[in-house]
Amino acid sequence: MGATLRSVNYLSVFQRLTQLLLLLPIAAGLLGAFFPAFGYFPEIGGNQLNIDVFRELLKQPALPHSVRLTIFSGITATLISLCFALALAAMFSQVEYSSQSKLKFNRLFLMMRRGLIPLIAVPHAAMALGLVFLIAPSGWLIRWVSFSLMGWDTPPELISVQDPLGLSLIFGLVLKETPYLLLMILAALPQIRAAEYLRIGQSLGYGAFRSWLKLILPQVYPLIRLPVFAVLAFSLSVVDVSLILGPTTPPTLSVLILRWLDNPDLSMRFFASAGAILLLGITLGSLLFWRIAEWFVLNKFRKWLTNGKRGSDNEAATAVFVSGFFLITTAFLSLLALAFWSLSLRWPYPHVLPQTWTFRNWERHWNSLQETAMTTLEVGILTVVLALILVVACLENEQWRRARFSIRSEWLLYLPLLIPQATFLLGVQILAVRFELDGTFLLLVWSHLLFVLPYVFLTLADPWRKLDRRYPIIAQCLGASPLQILFRVKLPLLLKPLLVAAAIGFAVSVAQYLPTIFAGGGRFSTLTTEAVSYAAGADRRVIGVYGFLQALFPWLALLLALSVPRWLYRNRADLS
Amino acid sequence: MLKLENISLIINSKALFTALNIEVHAGQVTTVMGPSGSGKSSLLAHLCGTLAPVFQTSGKISLHDRVINNLPPEARKIGILFQDDLLFPHLSVGENLAFALPAIIKHRERKNIIEQALQEIELSGMSERDPAGLSGGQRARVALMRTLLAEPQALLLDEPFSKLDLELRGRFRELVFSHAEKNNLPVLLVTHDPADAKAAGGPIITL
Repeated sequence: MGATLRSVNYLSVFQRLTQLLLLLPIAAGLLGAFFPAFGYFPEIGGNQLNIDVFRELLKQPALPHSVRLTIFSGITATLISLCFALALAAMFSQVEYSSQSKLKFNRLFLMMRRGLIPLIAVPHAAMALGLVFLIAPSGWLIRWVSFSLMGWDTPPELISVQDPLGLSLIFGLVLKETPYLLLMILAALPQIRAAEYLRIGQSLGYGAFRSWLKLILPQVYPLIRLPVFAVLAFSLSVVDVSLILGPTTPPTLSVLILRWLDNPDLSMRFFASAGAILLLGITLGSLLFWRIAEWFVLNKFRKWLTNGKRGSDNEAATAVFVSGFFLITTAFLSLLALAFWSLSLRWPYPHVLPQTWTFRNWERHWNSLQETAMTTLEVGILTVVLALILVVACLENEQWRRARFSIRSEWLLYLPLLIPQATFLLGVQILAVRFELDGTFLLLVWSHLLFVLPYVFLTLADPWRKLDRRYPIIAQCLGASPLQILFRVKLPLLLKPLLVAAAIGFAVSVAQYLPTIFAGGGRFSTLTTEAVSYAAGADRRVIGVYGFLQALFPWLALLLALSVPRWLYRNRADLS
Repeated sequence: MLKLENISLIINSKALFTALNIEVHAGQVTTVMGPSGSGKSSLLAHLCGTLAPVFQTSGKISLHDRVINNLPPEARKIGILFQDDLLFPHLSVGENLAFALPAIIKHRERKNIIEQALQEIELSGMSERDPAGLSGGQRARVALMRTLLAEPQALLLDEPFSKLDLELRGRFRELVFSHAEKNNLPVLLVTHDPADAKAAGGPIITL
């Protein structure tokens, strides 16, 4: 063991490197946003620390409304997504573990469950664009209604997207976050032996749905707290979805920050920084508020858990089923709307389908599409390869040196997902300009890595740790070195989770909006930045083309990740 | 009386065992034995109503002349004890018992009944304790009491003694059987330990 230990000693370097790669930009970015927020920005004439910027910021007429909107939409979207995800998870377990469920429902449920996985790969922006096509006053839904029932020949006058309350923004976020949280819950269920506890609950006279709420929910929640926090932080600071679906006068705080930044008046950069620090405060405050609310809810419902009330909950279960089905159908219809628009030549209101179909939209944009698609691919692939190397090295380090990645380190991994992007990326950009790193490919890949790395780690860690430890031991006894074991035993055995992690990492990279425009300094355009910038225009065909391709890329990656191992191991029943 | 008529379980068009006919009388323990994979646990899951949907089933299950085949698990009034105690880790010992207690028993009475139940299993005063801090034997006794407090009309035992060490096993076995007899419950025990079957003293069926 001694010789082996020496040969794997270098692995600890990778763990340090990973921590550094994550911590450095976050710390630098926070400082980079912090100083200008308090008036220090020598390049544009700020030489001393004071709180004048904040004083001025608070006088902005748009600010109070914008802050209220940000908090309301962020917390509401998270709360609704979590409730949907929990209720749907309860329904899924009921179907899976009970012989008594109605069989005709089962098939629908299986379909829903299969549909979830492609949904989490779809970038937020694509989903939001599709949703606009669906629910806008001249959108698909209204067309169906008007065509078949109402006989409207002009679109009705209603504000169904970019509404002042942010309801469509919330809807767009819920559409994306519910599948994500649901998959996180489903992945956590085996860890707490949910199936067995459900059986106990039922044998004690509780219906499956209520057994889930009383027995599984309290146990599973601590396991998904970090993903919930990540969803909350994301919803509070999201930019691309808010640009597409959010209100404009005033917009959410993150969009306001972006506007100040784009303002030709350089002194507005002080505002942007102060706004970014304010957003950080709002996010931390909301996380704290959420944690306190958790505690409050637990106390409130503690008695309810053990009051002995049984009840069948059939109505609740049906309601959940219907709304979950509605949610997932909406998501798919949104994507379909993107595809249809990209292939339409003429599609006037109120026709339900395009009058003329064509590939001309694709041909017309082919050249620029190729270029953006290539950039998207390059950044995505490079980032994923780097992330995989780092994550595998960290996991190997953990196994060979028995140095388990501690809880603290896992929080560190989540840090880029818990701190608002707008805050530290703004700081990173300010520092990058000073060190002439802005707009470099290196910085672009690094900024994507911040968000890809956590997801690759979270996807891969579980299967890696669960691989039977006797395989490497047997290989070692047969004379294989750690590196040989990695490449000839572990990686082949873990090919499927490895590729799935890569596909998810790629999807995350494709979806990045803010990192691409901040770190890329406007010099790199990806499918996401193009799709979002076209969203402001009126040409639905172009939006359809870019939006659909943006959704297609991660899908193809995921399809590849799932089918390659199946084909390679077609003669290995235990691996396929 | 728990009555099984022509019960068979089919998976991949293969029957797990020849059709079973069993009558378990109140206060009596019937033992089902057989090697692993013979379908003992699946049989109990079928009686509970929690069998995986991949199985095809036929036959009739009745409990006190009430046919329960098509009832959901929670309406069958059948209690079950597993190899693992499966105490709910998010609830205290007392709350674990309260979970099982019918809702019709309210407030102070709930507390009294739980304290009494704890006394019966020599755990009085431990209501507030975290189940994780209990010994294996204590946990097994709480699990038994939890099952009984739900007022089942029959009791299924899925090798609940096999994880306990020898000395504990005998004592816990006696406790389970005596409570079943006191409550006049028909008991179906699944095991592959002949000592369990002997202690049960009832008919033995081999799959």
